[in-house]
Amino acid sequence: MQPSYLRVFLTFARNSLVRDMSFRLNFVLQCLSSMSWAAMNWGLFKIIYQFTPAIGPDSGWKENEFFVFLGTIWIINSLVQTFVMVNAQDFSELIRTGNLDFALLKPIDTQFLISFTRMNWAQLANAVLGVFVVVYYVQQMISEGRAIYINPLTVLVYMFYILCGTLIMYSVMITLASTSIWLGRNQHLTSFWFYITNFYRYPMEIYQRHGIGWALWGTFTFVVPILVVSNIPARVLAQPSPGESAWENWEFFMAGYAILATIGSLIASRWVFKTALRSYRSASS
Amino acid sequence: MYDWALTWWTFFQISINERLVYRGDFMLGTLMRFLPTLTQIFLWWAIYDVVSDPEVIADGSRPDGKIAGYRYGDMIAYYLMVIISRAFSSMPGLTSGIANQVRSGEIKKFLIQPVDMMGCLLMQRIAHKLVYYLIAFMPFALVFYMCGSFFESGWPKADVLVVFFTALVLSFLLGFFLEACLGLISFWFLEVTSLTFIYMLLNFLLSGHMFPLELLPDSLSLWVDGPVLNIRGLVELLPFKYLAYFPAAVFLGQVEGAEMYKGLAIEFGWVLFFIFLSRVFWYRGVKRYSGFGG
Repeated sequence: MQPSYLRVFLTFARNSLVRDMSFRLNFVLQCLSSMSWAAMNWGLFKIIYQFTPAIGPDSGWKENEFFVFLGTIWIINSLVQTFVMVNAQDFSELIRTGNLDFALLKPIDTQFLISFTRMNWAQLANAVLGVFVVVYYVQQMISEGRAIYINPLTVLVYMFYILCGTLIMYSVMITLASTSIWLGRNQHLTSFWFYITNFYRYPMEIYQRHGIGWALWGTFTFVVPILVVSNIPARVLAQPSPGESAWENWEFFMAGYAILATIGSLIASRWVFKTALRSYRSASS
Repeated sequence: MYDWALTWWTFFQISINERLVYRGDFMLGTLMRFLPTLTQIFLWWAIYDVVSDPEVIADGSRPDGKIAGYRYGDMIAYYLMVIISRAFSSMPGLTSGIANQVRSGEIKKFLIQPVDMMGCLLMQRIAHKLVYYLIAFMPFALVFYMCGSFFESGWPKADVLVVFFTALVLSFLLGFFLEACLGLISFWFLEVTSLTFIYMLLNFLLSGHMFPLELLPDSLSLWVDGPVLNIRGLVELLPFKYLAYFPAAVFLGQVEGAEMYKGLAIEFGWVLFFIFLSRVFWYRGVKRYSGFGG
């Protein structure tokens, strides 16, 4: 019998929420702590914008536009941390202890099972914060008289690309976590996450110069498409460089590419996961 | 005296060997540390391009291409030097380690054995750090060689170098005793995670880890017409800046002359203060401590 994936998912969500709510103070503290990191990030760029009107000449990433970008990153980061992060870490632990046996035995897709068993609801706080920041700075842009196109369709497209971005990040995390089957243990998962997110925290224009920059841009756009994750949704709302037709074509190309990249990442990560599972040898008790 | 030295030497050797086990892991970890610097190079490049563009400065003044006194090269050099400062002053796991020992009761062994806990931990740290420098030297040398052109002023003078190295050693001691004090607070509170978190946040913001402290606004009012917070004064008053900013700023010539020696003296004062505080915490804490079970 096919299990109902939606119901299993909802049960996982419910269980995690119940667990999180059993330690309410801890939950609140976790929310506060992740929000204060975000606030600090905001402060950093607030300070940087005291000294410069934009990041990159003619890039259009002025203060309001950039904070829309920042809010977008918070939303994606927080979605990944809520739904995927803990599970990716747990997966590495399951392999080391040999408890993956039990996951393999269950009559449900193993990748689904190990990806969504636990959800860290406290991390969702930053997504809420991100939405507020995005809305505030979009309003700010409008009130300062920037001609941007915001309508229900743009918002839908924005949400669609947020989803795409989250799925790409999910693929990256699952791929990384799968390597622990070969390595025995992957303690660097969190640091990897930190170092990778480091590259997508800024508009991709900053990499588009110098040999090394273009190499980074190419790698993180076409090999590991993490620049697409943040840049495409942010551009949908912030619209940093409207009006120039060549640039618009380029943006349309990137928007189309982002969908391909999402599908490609999902397929690739699925393949890596399956291949890695074949090398799993359990652990002696 | 000989026995005393032998004891510490043995602790030292054990810790060295313990660390050498994971050298491959170490090298990789060290190289990865520089990845954020790579993005920083590009981020600040994009920012400085704007700052040094005559058309964008609204008030008509000639742009000097500086931000708070830092040229582009200085800014990147600053971030690189902060990595060195942090290699001395950061103490991963020290606070939580002490807190865990207090909570689990493992700390009892120091109450029974004629060995001082702080001394033992200090020996471990020195050993770990030395091994770290030994192994990290290659990746560091590589990165600094490649980034040599960012250091526009070249090597500082000999006396500055001496102050720089002294500041680094002091920042190690400051980091150690400061975080040890935080850990020892667990004699009273058992759970110090939230305290550690606040410390991490303040450290990140006020030590100059995130950006050169010159970039901080002089003062900030918390809300409109609210009380004004003198940020500069606060930073000068707190020990954090010696953990990252001070050694880096000395090397780059941002702090020089009498200011530099004054800073060094204050840093030394902070080290003494935290050594003293950690002693007080330890004796008070042990008196308060009660171990249950075996």
